Amino acid sequence: MTPEILELQPWDLALAGGLVIALAALTHAGRLGVARSLLIAGARTVVQLLLVGLVLETLFANATLYWVALMGGVMLLVAGREVMARQKRRFTGLWGFGLGTAAMSLSSFSVAVLALVALVQPEPWYQPQYAIPLLGMLLGNTMNGVALAVDRLTDGAWQQRDVIETRLALGEPWSAAVESIRRDAMRSGMIPMINAMAAAGIVSLPGMMTGQILAGAPPLEAVKYQILIMFLITVGTGFGTLAAVWLASRRLFDERERLRLDRLT
Amino acid sequence: MTAPPRLAIRGLRCAVARWPALDLAPGACAALAGPSGSGKSRLLRAIADLDPNTGEAYLDGTPRAAFAGHAWRRAVVFLPADGAWWAERVSDHLAAVEPETLATLGFDTDVAEWSVRRLSTGERSRLGLARAVALQPRVLLLDEPTANLDDATTEAVERVVQARREAGLAAVWVTHDPGQARRLGAQPFTLHDGTAREAAS
Repeated sequence: MTPEILELQPWDLALAGGLVIALAALTHAGRLGVARSLLIAGARTVVQLLLVGLVLETLFANATLYWVALMGGVMLLVAGREVMARQKRRFTGLWGFGLGTAAMSLSSFSVAVLALVALVQPEPWYQPQYAIPLLGMLLGNTMNGVALAVDRLTDGAWQQRDVIETRLALGEPWSAAVESIRRDAMRSGMIPMINAMAAAGIVSLPGMMTGQILAGAPPLEAVKYQILIMFLITVGTGFGTLAAVWLASRRLFDERERLRLDRLT
Repeated sequence: MTAPPRLAIRGLRCAVARWPALDLAPGACAALAGPSGSGKSRLLRAIADLDPNTGEAYLDGTPRAAFAGHAWRRAVVFLPADGAWWAERVSDHLAAVEPETLATLGFDTDVAEWSVRRLSTGERSRLGLARAVALQPRVLLLDEPTANLDDATTEAVERVVQARREAGLAAVWVTHDPGQARRLGAQPFTLHDGTAREAAS
């Protein structure tokens, strides 16, 4: 039994797209207001994924470390921009962009390289067929964790500035004054991943595993990959969130341990 | 050779006000008056190093820069007008407060078990003082600690601080009440046009 990919015909996609258009028409008729954004999002999916498909085809054909690293760098910068855009209160200056980007590059890149070199071991280790999807999944999840955690931290510090300042005034070190907010932030960043691990396979089949099974892989092989990926994502998200929370909370205080909310926009 | 002042200030300047010079011996007190919004609280915060500021401050002759931020504030405690209470019970905020202090301020010892949510504004400001003096600070910076209190409670707050002064505490007390400054036997200062100067008493 050789697993085989059942190739999709343009007609198959057109049929699925037609269903989306029918859904949009129905919500439009019912004045439910999501038709427009539904169509725009649907169109974006087609265009963006086709473009990325073309990029990946090209990349797979030119599997040099240089091109893979360039692609990884672009993905990182886009993720860094996204983290910044999701903040209610951003850090001013270079920190606004640099904080999330630094945290993600530390964790996602090192976990991805570790997984490629030590665990998956493709030949060569940067083979884009493995490197790019792995990095993409790591970055995507770490981005969520970092964005949630930093948003929670800065907003928490803003909302509870009276508590922080009172604790500072009573002679507590900055790390003690911000401790409970830091704990909340860490929790916000990690909970989605912890929940996903806890519910994996019971509530839903994880996307990557589903994809591999649809592509014809034996379920147990897909499961092994999924477990590996989930652990890697958790570790990447965890270290990224940890780094972001540490950097951000340090940045909220200056060298005299004063709360510096003027460093937020 | 005489002992250095407990608290000395030279050319302290924050965003809105400055305090050119202050020397407080152990047990001494300065009263700072001035119009609302003139920057009195900001000056106290600057002494405690809670906001960016320039100038020099010394504790028993040691410059502020020789302390870490939290170590300075552990010795030079700022008591804000409305401090925060973040945990469930009063006891979570009070380290080792003497029963006499609580009694002087009109509380039974069971106050430690109270939920902070049931505290009135006046109780909060009195317990805020208890919380601050429990740290045994060498300098206490008080921002209108009796603004919400009746005469009897005001007198109790003054007694608590006076008792600490006998043990060497130096105090900077923001007050609008000239009578209070006299009762405290404080050096009077006025904040006018952004500068704190010794007032003619």
